[in-house]
Amino acid sequence: MATTAALELVHLSKRYGAVTAVDAIDLKIPAGTYCCLLGPSGCGKTSTLRMIAGHEAASDGDIVLGNVNVTDLPPAKRGTAMMFQSYALFPHLSVIDNVAFALKMRGVAKAERHGKALKLLELVAMADYAGRLPAQLSGGQQQRVALARALITEPQILLLDEPLSALDPFLRVRMRAELKKLQRELGISFIHVTHGQEEAMALADLVVLMNGGRIEQQGSPREVFNQPRTEFVARFIGGHNVVSVAGAKLAVRADRLGLRRPGIEIAGPMIAGTVTEVEYQGTFVQVSVAAGQGQDLVAQVAEAEFDAAPHAVGASVVATWDPALAHPLG
Amino acid sequence: MAVTSFLKRRSADLVSWLQAGPMMLVFVLFFLLPLAFVIMVSFWDYNEYEMIPTLTTRGYTETFEGCIAQMPELCTILKTYLKTLKLCFLVWLLTLLIGFTVAYFLAFHVQSKTWQIALSLICTIPFWTSNVIRMIAWIPLLGRNGLVNQGLISAGVIKQPLEWLLFSEFAVVLALVHLFTFFMVVPIFNSMIRIDKRLIEAAYDAGATGWQTLWNVIIPLAKPGMVIGSIFVITIVMGDFVTIGVMGGQQIAAAGKIIEVRLNALQFPAAAANAVILLGVTFLIIASLSRLVDVRKEL
Repeated sequence: MATTAALELVHLSKRYGAVTAVDAIDLKIPAGTYCCLLGPSGCGKTSTLRMIAGHEAASDGDIVLGNVNVTDLPPAKRGTAMMFQSYALFPHLSVIDNVAFALKMRGVAKAERHGKALKLLELVAMADYAGRLPAQLSGGQQQRVALARALITEPQILLLDEPLSALDPFLRVRMRAELKKLQRELGISFIHVTHGQEEAMALADLVVLMNGGRIEQQGSPREVFNQPRTEFVARFIGGHNVVSVAGAKLAVRADRLGLRRPGIEIAGPMIAGTVTEVEYQGTFVQVSVAAGQGQDLVAQVAEAEFDAAPHAVGASVVATWDPALAHPLG
Repeated sequence: MAVTSFLKRRSADLVSWLQAGPMMLVFVLFFLLPLAFVIMVSFWDYNEYEMIPTLTTRGYTETFEGCIAQMPELCTILKTYLKTLKLCFLVWLLTLLIGFTVAYFLAFHVQSKTWQIALSLICTIPFWTSNVIRMIAWIPLLGRNGLVNQGLISAGVIKQPLEWLLFSEFAVVLALVHLFTFFMVVPIFNSMIRIDKRLIEAAYDAGATGWQTLWNVIIPLAKPGMVIGSIFVITIVMGDFVTIGVMGGQQIAAAGKIIEVRLNALQFPAAAANAVILLGVTFLIIASLSRLVDVRKEL
């Protein structure tokens, strides 16, 4: 239905007075990619998205969409469309008028714009609600309407600002799957801002992890998870232990950390500690270990393995891992 | 079980009645009851010095005396109402335009809360003195030898002083607009401040120009405030006789003025009949305005 184009950010910066929110980032997002901008709050991900959308002027650098430099174009001329956090649906307009809004602004006749809006509402399975007002819809339904409204201009890239944060956890997982499916069907790029690493891992073709206005690491979710470049990445992406061995920092996945009772001979690296917490998680048991000098380790032990040799809170244990599976951090 | 739940509901009802009671009492005593008296008196007869409690429509028929006979010429009462409606329309239009602009500026251009409050307070300056002083203050400004005329003459724009500046319809409208714009600013500002700023961004994202956003997003969402402000202004201006009297040099007939004249002549039933007519006309205007918007949603 829509065409798509690659997006390139070149040395893009955003400064608010003395504060630098986005610090000269370079990023290439190939056409048709589901990209997640991930990071803690204040890392510059939302400013980046708003600059791509054209709602924030870039202080420096360029935004190139396809082969057009869109840095100074207004939002509607860029070929992007934005889905706002908590959706920003027009409360006085019916669902169909909300979706048709952009076409109305272009002077498209009512019958034509309503026809097109209805098609998009069918795409998001909301055609039956065309006459309702936004206040009469649930959160998930509002989100679908917001999606349809953003898509009516046939954007090359859809920008989503924390689209799932207003939903309850159950709905969040369901809408997550729908977003991914929609992106696959439309074939256009989605750029999705989130602070949830789980969300980013589940959705993204390309994860861009930001911190302090810079890109900390980018790559496929597997790359980022298995080869975290820095301690920040390893900690933010979760599921990792950061251990210091002989002055070097290593990331060891929590499910690859073995726990042994003291006294058993171990070949390989080891850290002694005390069990502080045992949490049953279903398929695995999460054991927290205090290893002294403020080092806290987490091991995810498969249920059967834990049952064979259970660890109690307060017991002394020795943590160990296969050095070949530890990842050195920069 | 059934009995206790019945009692519980009864006591909950009682509490709600008690809570609404004081306001209801004030409303009944000082609004409904006097209104009933006015309607009752409007159907009484009268002579030069007393009211006569017999049922008659004299108050009304005298008011409309000659209206049919003079057709197509308008009778006094219709002319007066037409004039009042014209003044009311002008004041309403001007206060709405100015009030909307001021509220828009306060809500969307002034970023800091402190400045919003400070500027809103400045809007209340006309209310810092009494109405009488305020009206007298116009005289040195607008009079024959007032500042405006002197300024225009010395600037060479006019040779003769402008006569229509004071004691004219212009002066009436000016004074009323000056006074009541604030009654528009407050409710419209109140509606506008509740508009989610992201809606304006969403409109911009959809390619709307500034005017399109104003027309398609801001005005529809500020409509409740515009209607409430309009109700304030229209009800006050329709019944006004002091400002119209003073600023019009006692030369302009208005609906409120008729009532005052009748009262001064001690013709209470005739005054009451005119009050009922005025109430009816105002009520019709408000009712048609209320159809535009669900005012209850705003409260």
